[in-house]
Amino acid sequence: MNWPKWDAEKAIEIINSLKSRPGAALPVLHGLNDYFGYVDTTIIPTIADALNLSRAEIHGVLSFYHDFKITPPTGLVVKLCRAEACQAMGSEDLVAHLAAAHGMVPDQIDHVPGTVAVQSIYCLGNCALGPSALVDGVPVGRLSKSRLDALISHKDQA
Amino acid sequence: MNMRIYIPMDSAALSVGADQIAEAVSREAASANLAIEIVRTGSRGLFYLETLVEIERDGVRHGFGPVTPADVSRLFANGFPGKCHDPLYLGPVEEIDFLKRQTRLTFARCGIIDPLSMDDYEKHGGNIGLRQALKQAPEMVVDAIAQSGLRGRGGAGFPTGVKWRTVLNAIADKKYVVCNADEGDSGTFADRLILEGDPFMLIEGMAIAGIATGARHGVIYIRSEYPHGIKIFSLAVEYARAAGMLGPSIFGSGIPFDIDVCVGAGAYICGEETAMLESIEGKRGVVRAKPPLPALKGLFGKPTAINNVLSLAAVPWIMANGPKAYADFGMGRSRGTKPIQLAGNVKRGGLIEVAFGISLRTIIEDFGGGTFSGRPLRAVQVGGPLGAYFPEHLLDTPMDYEALLAAGGMLGHGGIVVFDDRVDLARQARFALAFCAMESCGKCTPCRIGSTRGVEIMDRVIDARRTGQDSSADLTLIEDLCLVLTDASLCALGGLTPLPVRSAIQHFATDFTRTPALSYAAE
Repeated sequence: MNWPKWDAEKAIEIINSLKSRPGAALPVLHGLNDYFGYVDTTIIPTIADALNLSRAEIHGVLSFYHDFKITPPTGLVVKLCRAEACQAMGSEDLVAHLAAAHGMVPDQIDHVPGTVAVQSIYCLGNCALGPSALVDGVPVGRLSKSRLDALISHKDQA
Repeated sequence: MNMRIYIPMDSAALSVGADQIAEAVSREAASANLAIEIVRTGSRGLFYLETLVEIERDGVRHGFGPVTPADVSRLFANGFPGKCHDPLYLGPVEEIDFLKRQTRLTFARCGIIDPLSMDDYEKHGGNIGLRQALKQAPEMVVDAIAQSGLRGRGGAGFPTGVKWRTVLNAIADKKYVVCNADEGDSGTFADRLILEGDPFMLIEGMAIAGIATGARHGVIYIRSEYPHGIKIFSLAVEYARAAGMLGPSIFGSGIPFDIDVCVGAGAYICGEETAMLESIEGKRGVVRAKPPLPALKGLFGKPTAINNVLSLAAVPWIMANGPKAYADFGMGRSRGTKPIQLAGNVKRGGLIEVAFGISLRTIIEDFGGGTFSGRPLRAVQVGGPLGAYFPEHLLDTPMDYEALLAAGGMLGHGGIVVFDDRVDLARQARFALAFCAMESCGKCTPCRIGSTRGVEIMDRVIDARRTGQDSSADLTLIEDLCLVLTDASLCALGGLTPLPVRSAIQHFATDFTRTPALSYAAE
């Protein structure tokens, strides 16, 4: 997925379009995160101003929720389910395989730009077709090592 | 008339290629000059048969499954969509044993109709309950729900009628109905099936709740892990407004009701009702102390009826068919039907809606057909990440709020996760604590600190299995810690995390002193 570069003007436009909703902090942060793939922390004072909240409150919300990222996204994002139903179908085997064959560790902070990012997620509601994942937003069921390899190598070339 | 072909667009079906199948079907039909119409439906919940492709002949739906994109050209070569002899042909869908043995009240339409067609919805019995409720006084609607015996399907099992009466009797300038669609438990997907497969039913249920409680504003909180559910439900809300089902005057009755869709942001704790309210208000999902009850002081400080998707989804049927008909199903104080979700290492997983009282064994063996891997079953977790692990010999426990409680577990949202003999229960116990640590909102000390200390203790226990050290002191310590978590946590996250931990220790004690030989990651 190609994300647009951070643009403060566009960010302000998004904030203004959502700020009048009741409990606007989440919709505003979702708006930014969905558009840019992350929320640049330089925008916190602007959000605080627009919502008549303190910077501390916006920082608090931004840092509480797993979905909101504060660093720019890189290449492909594989959200791998690691909850119990997928564990029962060997999701932790897949995690070990990712590390051994591709040197990929889920939820790495110092992630190399342009490479596949693996994120742990806890339940996609596809628990009878596990192991389950979301690959750039597309659901994948009955995930196997070979299917995972194909997804990764295919996207690396692309 | 064009031949109709039904292909689900539920995200479970999408995960095994439903979109590619739809493309292939229209391509093959075009090259064979067949006039067809593809209807995208929700899922029947028979996940082991996904992608389940259906055709209609003489008013009967015939199924093919599990279809993969590679099967499509062969299906056409074998006569599809006409009379077709193919190994994937399943016969009439309603006759499939897994479906035939169920009592589908809430899920009657799911997988059958186009979820975004109001016409389809009303043809299949939609909006009868809502029109019924519009004719009645709020008290009568509340009475009907109370008489049906409906209890909260989210897990706590609180009587819905009592909750609604509290909100109805509260005096305030503004009231809310909040639908909890933050279905975070692993092994559960019933809410998602409704959001994607029959969203108008949920809208109808919320509107009836509005009529009953005097609330004019509805909010649904959907978890962000369900992108397709959010998309379909949001569209359904728009269509419902266009059809007059929502808006300033429901079907011209003069009663207003509308729904806002609120999207979560990946925090499990926001499934806890007060944390969810905080999140809807745009704050960190930190649990509130009760009292005051949300029914009196809830969203933005106003009286709020908070109900799970499945509770609200049961309401239209009760209003359409009467409370007595609903209460006739079930056992003891658990009335009606319960959508059970069978998942994990199981041959035939999916949604099973049955009357309360069915045993775990019937579900796992008769419906599920045993483990997917074909290996012996060793453990079953019932009720999500905060539910107990049961061994084989407890499988005769009936699925009912009280019976599971008596067996040391809980029904929760009705998810069942099956594990084969490669499961390591010490690692599962560690995971339960690690998950609690990860998802704790941080407000109360037992949950915030206790979960982390618990992980450390479990790490020592797991390590001692390898080195052969005695870990009995640590096992005593973890029992003690579990007691503190149970008694002193503010909400169910900290309060119930001991359930999987203690049940694992109680029923699978050997795993805590010896590494199971077969485990996935044998040390």
